Amino acid sequence: MTVSPEPSPWHEARAGALAILPAAVAVVPFALLLGALAAEKGLSPLEVALMSGLVFAGGSQFVALDLWTTPAAWLTLGSAALLVNLRHILMGASITPKMEGFHPLGRVLALLLLADEIWAMAERRAAVARLTPAFYAGLAGLLYVNWVAFTTAGVVVGARLGDPAAYGFDFAFTAIFIGLIAGFRHTRGFLPTIVAAGLAAVATQAVLPGPVSIAVGAAAGVAVAALLPARREAAA
Amino acid sequence: MSLDPATLTAILAMAAATIFTRLAGLVMPASALRHPRARAAFEAVPAAVLAALIAPTVLATGWPETVAALLTAVAALRLPLIAVVAIGVVAAALLRAVAG
Repeated sequence: MTVSPEPSPWHEARAGALAILPAAVAVVPFALLLGALAAEKGLSPLEVALMSGLVFAGGSQFVALDLWTTPAAWLTLGSAALLVNLRHILMGASITPKMEGFHPLGRVLALLLLADEIWAMAERRAAVARLTPAFYAGLAGLLYVNWVAFTTAGVVVGARLGDPAAYGFDFAFTAIFIGLIAGFRHTRGFLPTIVAAGLAAVATQAVLPGPVSIAVGAAAGVAVAALLPARREAAA
Repeated sequence: MSLDPATLTAILAMAAATIFTRLAGLVMPASALRHPRARAAFEAVPAAVLAALIAPTVLATGWPETVAALLTAVAALRLPLIAVVAIGVVAAALLRAVAG
């Protein structure tokens, strides 16, 4: 359809890598922090490299480490990852139609690497130009290598730091999650959602300590969000 | 370079969950997300999960954690995430020292 000359894949890949570079740099401290927290939970560099390489979703990795027990409880950790990453379904549904130039297998591979920052950059690209596989490969390739390398490095660095609670380091989990929650503050029904989720979680935790409180709290928050009157639907 | 079987199983469970959420977008009928209530519920999931996750620490551990969380939340409205984390960690350490 387009008459403009197709840019070379190499040029596209480089443009993609440049587009994700600021996010890749910004994510380094978190990657190191994740590795350090994982080391504190007793994970080895190999285990962290595997987790980062196979899961490649920072938020759910922090959540998993927060819930980590020895031995690891796979059902709890898998369910938590599922809940935290449900947003991928929306992101994937939104970006898939913009991958029309992708080979079907390339599309699957691209979706498997769909991290928040990659999604945001791909959406931004698709808004102004054709999203090419090479551009996406530039985005995803740089962030992926960066994330796996620096989370693994964090295990080695973090193992030398000692007791994290002594520096308030354990509070890093809570602080990261507060920061991530704040990022959603423009979503409709934000405040009622987090208040309901928080109160339900605390109430559940008082009766039944453990990860059940997360599911109950999350369900309460989601229920409130769904049941709120959709006042400004026309504007959305 | 140790690889604990339980840890490997947990990592694979997390990977399976994430592969599911990432590929579900391929087959998700756009119409399913067009219903406002379904969409609102979906969009609320991450904040709700994270709020449920931190609430016991923030509200039921002690006053230093509660105050540190409030300071962190205020910082989160204006500052980049890494600064937010730094403020939260320092606040928690100082307030815990004050509390003894």
